[in-house]
Amino acid sequence: MPQIEFWQGNMALAQGAIAAGCRFFGGYPITPSTEIAEVCAEELPKLGGKFIQMEDEIGGIAAAIGASIAGYKAMTGTSGPGFSLKQENLGLAYMAEIPLVVVDVMRGGPSTGLPTMVSQQDVMQARWGSHGDHGTIAYAPSSVQECYELAIDAFNMAERFRQPVLIMSDEVVGHMREKVVIPEPGSYMLVDRKRPHATPDAFVPYKADEADDIPPMASFGDGYRWHVTGLTHNDWGFPTNNHGDIEKKMLRLMRKIDRFRDDIVKYETEAVEDAKVLVVAYGSPARSALRAVRQAREKGIKAGFFRPITLWPFPDKEVGALAAKAHSVLVPELNCGQMVLEVERAVAGRARVLGQSLVNGELFKPSAILAKIEEVA
Amino acid sequence: MPREQVSKWLRTRFFPHIWCPGCGHGVILHALLRALVDLEKKPEETVIASGIGCSSRMPGYIDACTVHTTHGRSLAYATGIKMAKPELTVIDVMGDGDCSAIGGNHFIHACRRNIGITAIIMNNNIYGMTGGQASPTTPQGARATTAPYGAIEPPFDICKLAEGAGASYVARATIAQPVMAEQYIKKAIQHKGFSVVEVMTHCHTQFGRKNKRSQPVDNLVFFKDASVPKAKADAMSPEDLKGKIVIGEFVNRDIPEYTDEYRKLCERVRG
Repeated sequence: MPQIEFWQGNMALAQGAIAAGCRFFGGYPITPSTEIAEVCAEELPKLGGKFIQMEDEIGGIAAAIGASIAGYKAMTGTSGPGFSLKQENLGLAYMAEIPLVVVDVMRGGPSTGLPTMVSQQDVMQARWGSHGDHGTIAYAPSSVQECYELAIDAFNMAERFRQPVLIMSDEVVGHMREKVVIPEPGSYMLVDRKRPHATPDAFVPYKADEADDIPPMASFGDGYRWHVTGLTHNDWGFPTNNHGDIEKKMLRLMRKIDRFRDDIVKYETEAVEDAKVLVVAYGSPARSALRAVRQAREKGIKAGFFRPITLWPFPDKEVGALAAKAHSVLVPELNCGQMVLEVERAVAGRARVLGQSLVNGELFKPSAILAKIEEVA
Repeated sequence: MPREQVSKWLRTRFFPHIWCPGCGHGVILHALLRALVDLEKKPEETVIASGIGCSSRMPGYIDACTVHTTHGRSLAYATGIKMAKPELTVIDVMGDGDCSAIGGNHFIHACRRNIGITAIIMNNNIYGMTGGQASPTTPQGARATTAPYGAIEPPFDICKLAEGAGASYVARATIAQPVMAEQYIKKAIQHKGFSVVEVMTHCHTQFGRKNKRSQPVDNLVFFKDASVPKAKADAMSPEDLKGKIVIGEFVNRDIPEYTDEYRKLCERVRG
């Protein structure tokens, strides 16, 4: 008998992280993500893991990065205002190539906004929030089951690519309760960061392997001595003003994600083969969108459903190919039009792209999306 | 102490260092390295963290496990490292701005938790790297680029701040007493709990040239003249102590250390 639970999304996310090997959580209370911290506070000590409630959001991510440098799989969780506060240190983890999982359970903004109501207003912040260029991996779960499973994927990607991975959950997914079927341990892959091939004396901490552009990582306390810095650095990890070294580092940061884009990109489709109206939706609105597409099909409208599971990298080739066979692409989202810009880029004029915004703190009703499908069909 | 034992800890690959000739930070680096050698610490089991600023470049020059973090946040990083691996020796070198301005919140909470980290605060009363702006420890009346008419804010006494927030070892020396600084750093590293050593140092380039101490030696003379041992200071009036630097050990108490308490919590939970 598989283990079956009736959990909130936030609880499932924390449990999935623990199943993925997360043994450190640093965070700060904030609605609507606090349950993630609460589950970690309760469960991690039982497993020899570490939980710490820090003095602020910045401390939460900084402690998690510190623990990761010391070899732990580490996570922090937050929501809107906290996600803003974490951006600078998120940048350090990109620059210093430290594996980390950061959860943002999206609520309405800007500023304190709507602490208890849903939105998807942080999806561009996920891509561009921290200053400076970097590749981004960001997931958007749309069910409680997926909170569990994507937590595992997020840790695997963070460990593989040596960088932060974001889970852009939302208030509806985070607080909704659903059945979760817990996969058997061993039925899914767990990835651990690549360890140094070189001895401590020959270790060059940021010398990447040619095969994947990713440098093996030592942990503090395991016999290696190395320097971690947020300054642009050379292979020795030491600050550099050498233009060649700077460019090499920056291009590799981008390339290590770009090269493996197809391994990272994840999406789901339904009824897309002959679709003339393609609905692209992610997170909790994807549930309303799928219902609307099915209702449209019942009415004889050739509607199709495309759900990006990774927002970043965005499944642009896949959306573009389907858009080429459609006449309209509809993008319902809980913001004033953010991912629709990325869809426009992917579609590149091959169909008309229409955004559908909802920013009143509610989730889309399927009928609202169906009405829009009927309007454009 | 043989010179080679100390220089073995230096990451000479990363030289030349960025500090101005005559900078006081080198005295503190030397004191720290001598303490580490004396305590027979192993570089691969020693973590040196820092934030941003001139002082924060120090870890790069030490051949250990070193992490140069974001401005003010080094204690939060160090907290994660110490939590993850309590067996490591974790030292955080910070400037006055790092410790008492942008990182003030992390500093008081590290004190409160009494987590087993040694904070060495290199207090030169100024933001040196960015060109000499006033910091929370700039004395009233002193000039800085952002206090061109003299600072009007009362400065922090970092040792009192640490004591009030709950640190279990607090001491202060100046770079004019390098042996004393080394002894305090050594005791701080051996101490179980959050230990703070404030070492008064100088930035003759940025603070000195605006405040009649433009030569390194002016500052050494100033520190020698201004330093008052704690025992003597205890008998002095606040008026007499104006402009003086009280040196000595202020706190040395044995109270529960955070990672120890966390370990006990885990044992209790796991039965």
